[in-house]
Amino acid sequence: MQRLLQLPASAVNMVKTAQGQEEAKSPVLTPDGSQATWYSAVRPDELRHLRAGNVTEDTGAPAEDGGSTAAQIQPLRHDDLKEMLDSNKESLKLEAMKRIVAMIARGKNASDLFPAVVKNVACKNIEVKKLVYVYLVRYAEEQQDLALLSISTFQRGLKDPNQLIRASALRVLSSIRVTIIIPIMMLAIKEAATDMSPYVRKTAAHAIPKLHSLDPELKEQLIEVIEKLLTDKTTLVAGSAVMAFEGVCPERIDLIHKNYRKLCNLLIDVEEWGQVVIINMLTRYARTQFLNPNVNESTLEEGEEKEFYGSDEEEGKDEKVEKKKKPYVMDPDHRLLLHNTKSLLQSRNAAVVMAVAQLYFHLAPKAEVGVIAKALVRLMRSHSEVQFVVLQNVATMSIKRRGMFEPYLKSFYIRSTDPTQIKVLKLEVLTNLANETNISVILREFQTYIKSMDKDFVAATIQAIGRCATAIGEVRDTCLNGLVQLLSSCDEVVVAESVVVIKKLLQMQPEQHSDIIKHMANLIDNIQVPMARASILWLIGEYCEHVPKIAPDVLRKMAKSFTTEEDIVKLQILNLSAKLYLTNSKQTKLLTQYVLSLAKYDQNYDVRDRARFIRQLIMPTDKSGVLNKYAKKLFLALKPAPVLESPFKDRDHFQLGSLSHLLNAKAGGYQELPNWPEVVPDPSVRNVEVMDAKRKEKKLEKAFYSDSEGESGPTESANSESCTGSRSESSSSSNMESSSGSESEESEGEPESEKEENPKRKTDKSSRVQTTISPTFSSLKTYELLHRITGEGLAVGYCFSRQPFVPDPHMVTVQIQFTNHMDTEARNLRIQEPRLQSGMRIKEFPEIELLPPGEAVTVVMGIDFCDSTQAANFQLCTHTRNFSVSVQPPVGELMAPVFMMENEFKKQQGQLMGMNEIKEALILGDACQSHCVIIQRVTSAANLSQVPCGSDQECRFAGKTVTSGSLVLVTVMTKGDRTAQLTVNCEKMVIGTMLVKDILHALSQ
Amino acid sequence: MPKVSTSGSSTMIHSLFLVSSAGHIFLEKHWKCVISRSVCDYLFEAQGKASTPENVPPVIATPHHYLISVYRDRIFFVAVIQTEVPPLFVIEFLHRVAETFQDYFGECSEASIKDNVVIVYELLEEMLDNGFPLATESNILKEMIKPPTILRSVVNTITGSRELGKQGVFVWVMSLGSSCSMCLPVLQQLLFFAGSSNVGEMLPTGQLSNIPWRRAGVKYTNNEAYFDVVEEIDAILDKSGNIVFAEIQGVIDACVKLSGMPDLTLSFVNPRLLDDVSFHPCVRFKRWEAERVLSFIPPDGNFQLMSYHVNAQNLVAIPVYVKQNISFFETGSSGRLDITVGPKQTMGKTVEDVVVTVQMPKVLLNANLTPSQGTYTYDPVTKVLVWDIGKLNQQKVPNLKGSLSLQSGAPRPEENPSLNIDLKIQQLAISGLKVNRLNMFGEKYKPFKGVKYVTKAGKFQVRT
Repeated sequence: MQRLLQLPASAVNMVKTAQGQEEAKSPVLTPDGSQATWYSAVRPDELRHLRAGNVTEDTGAPAEDGGSTAAQIQPLRHDDLKEMLDSNKESLKLEAMKRIVAMIARGKNASDLFPAVVKNVACKNIEVKKLVYVYLVRYAEEQQDLALLSISTFQRGLKDPNQLIRASALRVLSSIRVTIIIPIMMLAIKEAATDMSPYVRKTAAHAIPKLHSLDPELKEQLIEVIEKLLTDKTTLVAGSAVMAFEGVCPERIDLIHKNYRKLCNLLIDVEEWGQVVIINMLTRYARTQFLNPNVNESTLEEGEEKEFYGSDEEEGKDEKVEKKKKPYVMDPDHRLLLHNTKSLLQSRNAAVVMAVAQLYFHLAPKAEVGVIAKALVRLMRSHSEVQFVVLQNVATMSIKRRGMFEPYLKSFYIRSTDPTQIKVLKLEVLTNLANETNISVILREFQTYIKSMDKDFVAATIQAIGRCATAIGEVRDTCLNGLVQLLSSCDEVVVAESVVVIKKLLQMQPEQHSDIIKHMANLIDNIQVPMARASILWLIGEYCEHVPKIAPDVLRKMAKSFTTEEDIVKLQILNLSAKLYLTNSKQTKLLTQYVLSLAKYDQNYDVRDRARFIRQLIMPTDKSGVLNKYAKKLFLALKPAPVLESPFKDRDHFQLGSLSHLLNAKAGGYQELPNWPEVVPDPSVRNVEVMDAKRKEKKLEKAFYSDSEGESGPTESANSESCTGSRSESSSSSNMESSSGSESEESEGEPESEKEENPKRKTDKSSRVQTTISPTFSSLKTYELLHRITGEGLAVGYCFSRQPFVPDPHMVTVQIQFTNHMDTEARNLRIQEPRLQSGMRIKEFPEIELLPPGEAVTVVMGIDFCDSTQAANFQLCTHTRNFSVSVQPPVGELMAPVFMMENEFKKQQGQLMGMNEIKEALILGDACQSHCVIIQRVTSAANLSQVPCGSDQECRFAGKTVTSGSLVLVTVMTKGDRTAQLTVNCEKMVIGTMLVKDILHALSQ
Repeated sequence: MPKVSTSGSSTMIHSLFLVSSAGHIFLEKHWKCVISRSVCDYLFEAQGKASTPENVPPVIATPHHYLISVYRDRIFFVAVIQTEVPPLFVIEFLHRVAETFQDYFGECSEASIKDNVVIVYELLEEMLDNGFPLATESNILKEMIKPPTILRSVVNTITGSRELGKQGVFVWVMSLGSSCSMCLPVLQQLLFFAGSSNVGEMLPTGQLSNIPWRRAGVKYTNNEAYFDVVEEIDAILDKSGNIVFAEIQGVIDACVKLSGMPDLTLSFVNPRLLDDVSFHPCVRFKRWEAERVLSFIPPDGNFQLMSYHVNAQNLVAIPVYVKQNISFFETGSSGRLDITVGPKQTMGKTVEDVVVTVQMPKVLLNANLTPSQGTYTYDPVTKVLVWDIGKLNQQKVPNLKGSLSLQSGAPRPEENPSLNIDLKIQQLAISGLKVNRLNMFGEKYKPFKGVKYVTKAGKFQVRT
C-alpha cells in the first residue's frame, strides 16, 4: 500500500468513489465537457491495491473497443493533473508527469494535457524534463502549433555544455515530427555531426533517418552529413553512421570505399548492435567489389557434392574458361573482412553471430565456410525464437553446403519437449543432411519420432522419410516397407500421410510393388482422410494393369459412395473410371457411365466440368472430334515421378539472416544481395590518402586512447580524409600489400605485426585527432639490452617506439632489435622466465626461429610496468644460451599522449592541486630558447602531446600513464630572461617527481 | 505483404507492445507514429492456431507490418516493424529488454512491469532511439536510471506526496531513529537518497569509453568476486539406456563486486576441454586465442562471463541410469508403469533434486502408483506425471511402480511417452573443468575470491 501515500488524500477518496463507474468508461478523452469527477490517472497498480486484486485489469477489453462508445460517455478531464503541473513544487510536477506517462503506456489518450505539459519543458528537475520529452515525442505530431512552444528550449539545450543534455535535446527535436522545424533540425544535425562529443555525434547519426523520413527531399544534404559521419573514427559513432547510411542511401556504395578498411578494423570494438548493421552492409559491399572466391568450385574434385549442386555447375562451367587464364587470388581487403569478422562468431549476441555466419556463407571460399557451423549449432541452445530463426537459416545453408553441418548431425535430434515449429525445422535439416553414410542413423531416429504424441510432427516425419527415400535410392525399399507398416496404424493422420508419401514413392517403380497397391486398395474401406483416399484411387487407376482384379471392384465401391465423398475424392473417382474404361471397358463400362451421370449433377462445377470433359474424351459420339483417338495416350501416359524438394531450396538468393529470407518474400526496404562482378572493380578506391603518413604516424598514440576520454578532439570528426591530393601509384600499391599482411597478423594478437611499420594502417586504425602541432621525436633513443661481446655475437637493443601496444593497451610497446654478428645462424630467439615485480606483466614476442648471420630483425613486445620505473627482468634465450637482461623504462615512456583542449586541461589541472602538483623554476639551456625547441625537448623526454594554447609564454602537454590511466599534465611557462617555470600535475606523485627531474634535465641542456 | 515504402525508412522497431498470455495488452510504446494496438490481433490469431504460446511463430507478416515477438515469463514482447531488419536483431533485443526488467525489478512479470511503468518507460526510452538500440548495457542504464529499491520507494513516497524534501526526511528519519537505533545505517542511506533523483544527470562515462559495460567510481567495503561454473548435461537415452546423444553445455556466471577498475585474469587447469565458447564482450578474445586465459575488466554486479560447450567426442559421464517399462495392455484399458532411477558415474558426489517428469498419452485417465522414495503426482488435465525423488541413495534405489488406467473403449495408445529427468550435483563440474586461479591487476586491495561448481540436467530425456 506504499504507493497510496503518493496520492493526495482527496484523490484517494475519489478513486474509491469513482471506481465503479470508471470501469465502464472509455479511456478516450475529449477536452471539452462539464465538470467530471476525478478520473483515474492512477496507475493500474494503485487501482489494483484498492481493489484488493479481485478485478482483472480494466484496460484490456474496454480500451480496444472503446472508440465507438467514446462519444456517448461523459468527457473526462484531468484538472487535478493540470493543477499539479502548474504548481511550483517539483515533486508535484513529477508525480503528475509520472501518472501521465503511465496513461500513455497503457495507450490512453492524454493529449488534452498538452498545454499544461509543454510549459514544463524547461523544468529544472531532470526527471520531470525527461518525462516531458516522452510526452512531447508522443503528442507533438498531433499538436504541431503548441509543440513549437518547446522548440526554443531544445535549441538552447543544443548549446548546453553537458553532452547528455545536448544529445537529448537533439533526440527530442528530431523525434517530434513537426514539419515546420525541418530547417532547424537540419541545422542541428549538421552542427551535432561535428560536435566534439562522440555521444552527440552518435545522436546526430540517429537523427538523420528521422529527418529523412519526414522530408525525403533533404536526401542530398543528409548524404553529406552521413559522408562526414562515416569518416568518424570512434567506435561509438561507427555503427550509428552505417545505420544512417543504410536507412537513407544504401545504394551509395561509393561512400564506403574510403572507410572500408577502417570499418573492418574498428568492427571488433563497436557495440554489438552496430556490429550487426556494419556486417550486413559490408556483405553487400563485398559482393560488389570483390570476385567470387568459389569461381573454381566446379573443378575442385568433390564428386558427391558436385552432383548435389546441380545449379552451381552451370555457373562454374561458364567461368572455367576464364579461370584458366587467371587463377583466383583473393583481394587483401576481402581477406581482411573475413579475418576481422571471424572472432565475432564468439559473440554472446545471436544477431552478431548470425550476421557473421551469413557473411561467411555469402563471401567466404567454400573451404572456409565450415567455421560458422559450430557457432550456429551453439545458438540452438538459446531461446526458442532464436532457435527458430537459426534453424531456418541452417535449413537453407544445409542444402548448399551440406558437408559443414554433417559433424553436428546429432545436435539436430529432436526432443519431445521441443515446440512443434522447432521440431519441423530440425526435421528439415536432418533430411537435408541425409546421405548414404548417415541414412541408417537418421532413419532410426525417424522411427522414434513416428511414435511421438505430436501428430503434426509425425506427419512431417513421414514426409521426411519420403524425401529421404527419393533422394537415396538404396533405402527406398526399406522406407517403403516402413511406411507400409504405418498403414496399419490406428491413427488416421499417420495412415493418411503415409498413403500420400507411398503414392509418390510407388510412382518411381510401380511394377515391383503391386502387393503394396493391393494392400492400399483394401485400406480404402477404412481411411477417411480425403487426401489419402484420393491418393489411393489415383494409384489404383494409374496402375490398374498391375491389379486387374481389384481395380473394378474398387470402382464399384466408390460408385456407391460417390455422392458422399469430398470433391478431391470425386475427381479421382472420375479419373479412375476413365482409366478403367480405357483399359478394361468390358467390366467397367456401365460403372463408368453411372459415375459420370452422377457427376453430371454434382453441386461442384469442377466435378461437373471434369465429368463432361471425360465423357467427351472416352466415349466417342459422332460429334466428338479427333481427341478421343488420343484418349489412351492422354490418360495412360507415363508420368514422371515427382521430385520431393526441400521448401528451402534456392532460398539463399535472399541474404541469409534477413527478414525476407525468413518469410521467403521480399520485405520492404530489402536490399538485394548483388551478384559477384565479372571483372574486378578497381581496388585502389579503398586506398586512403597517405601523403602525410609520417605526420600521422606520430599522432597515433594519442588516438588510441582517445576513445576513453570524454570530449576530445573538436575537429576530429571534421577530419575527413581529404580526397584530393596526390594519388601516387607507388605508395598506394605498396600499401595495399603490406596492409593485408599486417592486419591479419594483428588481429591474431601477435605483437609482431607491429614490426611492420606501415603508414597506411596507422591512418586506418585510428588517428582521429588532428592537432595543429604534433609532437615530433625524430629519433628514438635506443638502449642496449645485450652487448655483442656478452651476447657472443648477438647484439640486442631496444627502444620505446611509442606506438600503442595493440593486444593490451595497458602495456608499453618495446621494440627490440636483434642483430646477428656471429658467423652462424641464431635460432629460437625467445623470452623465458620473466622475473617481474608484482603486478607487472609481459607480453612476449613470438619466437624468432631463425636469424641468419649478419642480419637484423625487429620485434615488438609489450610490458606493463605498473607505472613504475622498475626494470623488467627476463631471460633472453637462443638455441644454445640464456642471457639475463632487463628493460628499464625512463619515466617519460610510461605514459601515452592524450589530446585535450585548453579548457579541459585547466579543469583537470584544477583537480590535481596540492600534493599532486610539483613546481620547479629552471633556467633554460642555451639551445633551448625558442618555443618549438621546448616543445621538441619535452615531447622527446616524455611521451606527451601538446595542448593547443593561445599564449606564447606557455606550453602545455598532456598524457596518461599507460597502466592506470592517471593524467599527467605538464606546463612550461617561460619568463623573458631565460628563466621558466615547470609545473607537473599528476596523481601519481612518484611519477610526477621523476618526470620533473627528466624534463628539467632536458630543458636546461 | 507490406508495401515497399518509397523512402527507405530505417526505423528498426516502430512500436513495442507487451501482451499477457491471456491476450491483454498492458503496455505500448511507439518510437514513430502511433500504430494501433489492433495490430496485435494478428498475434492473437496466431496464438489461437498454436497449441501452446511457445508455438506462436516469432515472425508474423501482416498486411502492413511485421510482428516479431518473443514469449518470456508469460508475456509476449511484440515488436512492430515495417521494413527489412534481421529478425534475430529484434529477437535478441527483446530478450535484452526482458533481462533488463528482470534485473531492475527482480522479476519480469506483468505485475512488476505495471508497478514500475514509469521506470519501464524511461528504460525503453534509453534503450532505443528511433527504433535502434542505444544503451543496452545494464551498468550504463543503472547510472542513468536508478533501479527501484525499497528505500527509494519509501523516499519517493515521503518526498513525493508529503512535500518534505530533504529536511523533512531528516526530521522523519530522526524521529524514527530515536526509536530504533539498529537501523541507523539504513536511515543514513535513506538521507542520501532523498537528495538524489531517479534519473542521472550526467552521461555515464561508460557510454563513451571502450568498456561501456562497467560503470565508473565503483566502491565496495568488501571486495568480492564469485564465479559459478554451472554445467548442464543435454542427453537423449534410448529405450535400453544407451546414449543416443549427449553433450555438456556450461556457463560461468559471475558476481563481481570490486572497487575501481580491476583487471581480472581467470585461468583454467584444463582449458583444452572447452570446444566452443562465447564471451561477454568484456573478455579479450585475443588473449583467449593466444593463451587460453580469460582476461577482462568485469562489469559491476552479476553477469554471464562465458558460455561453453564441451566437445561431444569426449565421452560424457551420465550420472544416473534409468530403467523403465511403460506398457499398455491390449485389452482392459489399463497399463503398467515401472521406473527405476539409480546413480551411475557420480564421481563420489550425491545426486540431488532428482525429478522425473512424464507427459502421458491423452487417453490415460489415472495412475495408481507406489513410489519407494519421494512423492508422485499425476495431473489428469495436463496428463503430466511428476515423480519427485529427491536425493539418490546408493543403497536403496528409488522405484515407482503401479498400474495405469485408460479411458474405457479408447484404442491402446501407440505412442511412447518420454521421461524428462532433472537432477543436480553440487561441487562438481561433470566435464572436469577446473578453475586454476584468478589474478587481479590494476587495483591494490586483496579481493575475496570464490568459485563454485554445479552440475544440472539440461534437456535430459529418456525415450521409451
